[in-house]
Amino acid sequence: MDVPSWVERLARGDKAALARAITLVENRAPGARELVRQAFLRGGSSLVVGLTGPPGVGKSTLASGLARAFLGRGRRVGVLAVDPTSPFSGGAILGDRIRMQEAAGEPGVFIRSLATRGHAGGLCRAIGDSIRLLEAAGFDPILVETVGAGQGEVEVMRYADTVLVLLMPGLGDDIQAIKAGILEIGDVFVVNKADLPGADRMVRTLELLLELKPLPPGTWRPPVLAVVARDMVGVEELTQAILDHAGHLKGSGGWEARRAAQAEAELGDALQEQLLGAVVGRAKEAGEWGRAAARIRERQSDPYTEAWALVERFGPGLSAPHAPED
Amino acid sequence: MEGKIRVLVAKPGLDGHDRGAKVVARALRDAGFEVVYTGLHQTPDQIAEAVIQEDVDVVGLSILSGAHNTLVPRVIELVKKKGGRQDLLYLVGGIVPREDVDYLRAAGVSEVFGPGTPTEDIVAYIRQHAKG
Amino acid sequence: MKTRESRAEPAGGTPAGQVAECERKARFSTVSDLPIRRVYRPQDIAGLDYERDLGDPGCFPFVRGVHETMYRGRLWTMREFAGFGTAEESNARYKYLLEHGQTGLSVAFDMPTIMGYDSDHPRAEGEVGKIGVAVDTLADMETLFSGIPLDQVTTSMTINGPAAVLWAMYLVVAEKQGASWQKISGTIQNDILKEYIAQKSYIFPPRPSMRIITDIFAFGSKNVPRWNTISISGYHIREAGSTAAQELAFTLADGMAYVEAGIAAGLDVDEFAPRLSFFFNAHNDLFEEVAKYRAARRIWARVMREKYGAKNPRSWLLRFHTQTAGCSLTAQQPHNNIVRTAIQALAAVLGGTQSLHTNSMDEAWAVPSEQAVTIALRTQQILAEESGVANTVDPLGGSYFVEALTNELEAQAQAYFKQIEALGGVVAAIEQGFFQREIADSAYRYQLQIERGEKVVVGVNRYRMEEELSIPLLRVDPAVAERQVARLNRVRQERDGARVRAALDRVSKAAEGTDNLMPFILEAVRAYASLGEIMDALRRVFGEYRERPVF
Repeated sequence: MDVPSWVERLARGDKAALARAITLVENRAPGARELVRQAFLRGGSSLVVGLTGPPGVGKSTLASGLARAFLGRGRRVGVLAVDPTSPFSGGAILGDRIRMQEAAGEPGVFIRSLATRGHAGGLCRAIGDSIRLLEAAGFDPILVETVGAGQGEVEVMRYADTVLVLLMPGLGDDIQAIKAGILEIGDVFVVNKADLPGADRMVRTLELLLELKPLPPGTWRPPVLAVVARDMVGVEELTQAILDHAGHLKGSGGWEARRAAQAEAELGDALQEQLLGAVVGRAKEAGEWGRAAARIRERQSDPYTEAWALVERFGPGLSAPHAPED
Repeated sequence: MEGKIRVLVAKPGLDGHDRGAKVVARALRDAGFEVVYTGLHQTPDQIAEAVIQEDVDVVGLSILSGAHNTLVPRVIELVKKKGGRQDLLYLVGGIVPREDVDYLRAAGVSEVFGPGTPTEDIVAYIRQHAKG
Repeated sequence: MKTRESRAEPAGGTPAGQVAECERKARFSTVSDLPIRRVYRPQDIAGLDYERDLGDPGCFPFVRGVHETMYRGRLWTMREFAGFGTAEESNARYKYLLEHGQTGLSVAFDMPTIMGYDSDHPRAEGEVGKIGVAVDTLADMETLFSGIPLDQVTTSMTINGPAAVLWAMYLVVAEKQGASWQKISGTIQNDILKEYIAQKSYIFPPRPSMRIITDIFAFGSKNVPRWNTISISGYHIREAGSTAAQELAFTLADGMAYVEAGIAAGLDVDEFAPRLSFFFNAHNDLFEEVAKYRAARRIWARVMREKYGAKNPRSWLLRFHTQTAGCSLTAQQPHNNIVRTAIQALAAVLGGTQSLHTNSMDEAWAVPSEQAVTIALRTQQILAEESGVANTVDPLGGSYFVEALTNELEAQAQAYFKQIEALGGVVAAIEQGFFQREIADSAYRYQLQIERGEKVVVGVNRYRMEEELSIPLLRVDPAVAERQVARLNRVRQERDGARVRAALDRVSKAAEGTDNLMPFILEAVRAYASLGEIMDALRRVFGEYRERPVF
């Protein structure tokens, strides 16, 4: 593929080219790595907003509302919506677009549905790469919406500059959500469907819990906002809170710290994928993969010993998994 | 390349009979495809936009209101206009009288699946013809 | 055969003391997959008390029928659902049907009308007049019923989201004909809950929709006393893929939700409950269907009297219309559909329906042709006049099998009522996708059963043959849309624009407040405001509904 012209099409905001590029990186197609490299070198300035929370809490509807609010501020908005892959068939039904219809028709909005495709590492990489492509196509902010269940989804939030945690009244077990560590990752808390009974109580409970958290002075204190995303109630305020958080990060040095942490995360993900892929590939080619597995199965050896042996044998002298021009 | 076949399942037009679309979406998921389901009451423009942004390999349109001759060619035309892929597979499901099938084929539809089609036939057709 | 002891027998198992013989299948079940035993005996209905649980026809709890004489007094109303193209064409079809012995009218509207759009709305493109008649303004309604005296026929209108507007148009046509609102009779479907659940032709969110419905109840009970202001419909729930038990349970749960909404709006239950009517599907499984109708009457009579405290015996009656199952018709070997429809119609009659639509054989392909619709009507006439099934009331009453099945369906419905209550009621359950998920699961399960050959559909997964479509299909003239839009423009030019704007404004204002909407809608209709304009006046206030689909 002709990567430079492709990157140029992205830079022009060509949605068809962007969509195709995301497919290529998702599928690890030939040429994808070079495409991401080019996009990566140009990107890095878009605000990435993560939306997470339990199923049914209204993440897609809120993403749609936020997209409209940012559009109203003259921004072009990218949305990545993640739905789970069925562990039985490997297929998925991606239905988030339905609740983004108000935003989906806008020329300044690009929405892409992604399936988790089974493994957290792969999802993180696909999301990370897709963010780079959206950046190259001039989308800012980029909203990333994931099912708030499972470690993989929490890890995806490492790619976000601002993490929104969504809750709603009547979830039953407010405390459960908090126990699950969701309180730790949120920069802004949203109580959606706030027209339902119990919303005030939920807002107060969250505020209390957040106040109890020991924070050094000058640290961002996550606000709790009541929102009815369906009716666009409170969405403007939330948009402002997101921008305030980004502003705070930039003013306090937190932005650099986050980007540094993201760089480490991306490096780790990339290393894991490339090294693992290459070592496994070469080991299989040499027939050693099956033999090592057999030794483990026969209890002649253990997985750690065998894994390290593969690294020592197949690690040195690796070449890049995809040549740039292929 | 770990490509997955991506299929858009949409209901253009105003009728709300989504039993067929949902059964097919579910069968396609169970066959290992990624199904982008855009729901009811979609305009041709909304569908075409989703086809582009989701970069699907297959477009499945379900219509039971008799408006297929108007809506299906409109979707195909709009996808082309928006710079969509040339190798897209367009499938139509629903009640389409035989003489309309030729008209839809001429407009770019690959296959029309009428009432009573086993979902496994649709799966097999996609496996054989779609570019993953 | 020796006498057996009274003991329980496992479903599908072999009765005690009898040698097991080979059966064709390991498991027998209804079309809804309800397991069926080889034989039913007195012990299967041991607890059944005739007076308490069945009652004579016309007596509480009305399991055997809502009237003492049933079809010996008056046959069911034969009502073929019809409408296509423009009002002129549909008017001609109605006159044809009335001349051939049909006793009531049933109006099918096109999709833009059903969704509350005018024929010139961009979303109406390609859909005008396709699956029903296009009605934009009072002028269309006047044409639709031209030459048909509205005080001499009863008319059923399949309309939900915009029911208030179409009903207002009908009322104004009656007014202009000089037919008194006190005398005219008919039904508007007006059942929005099943739209969210199954049919998906919703417009506004559930809560404002319920307000419009209670406004219609209140207006009807005072001004149009013989009108059935709602037809609580299981038909579409079944068509969307539910089982018989789900159809029964969800429909009656909807019915209870409407009763509760009426009471909450300050109406006396006996003021509106006698005008509630129901609409069920008739599928292929004869006995399951008969049991469904019988169970429905028992459940309704009891909840109305015991739960809602209705005093008027007419409030206890579950009166219903039936349509044979469109989803059971096959595109393959379409003549077989005549037989399917006959069996389904028989189920409805054995189940004591008040009116019946029989589908035409070509409905898996198109809007029915005149020939096909005539055969469908003749099917009803053969049942009524030749088969003898109308000679006695509830001929299956007392059958061990049918009574056991009636009990079983009632029990399954009761279990669903508990679940729905636990979810916070019907509207809350809709918002959580409960019904939608239950129906989608049943539909998918049925599809898999067909694909695995566990359920047989003749001509589809067995007894197939190569064929060319051999029945003539009705094609709607593609120029219909142009003609309809031209009519609409003519009306818009001729009417008093200032009067229309003022009337629409008052509709919006009324929607913001709590006044009954009907008088305002009637005024807008009289001014020849279009359906789309009136619905837009309401959309501005109520917003539009979008569902969260479940699989």
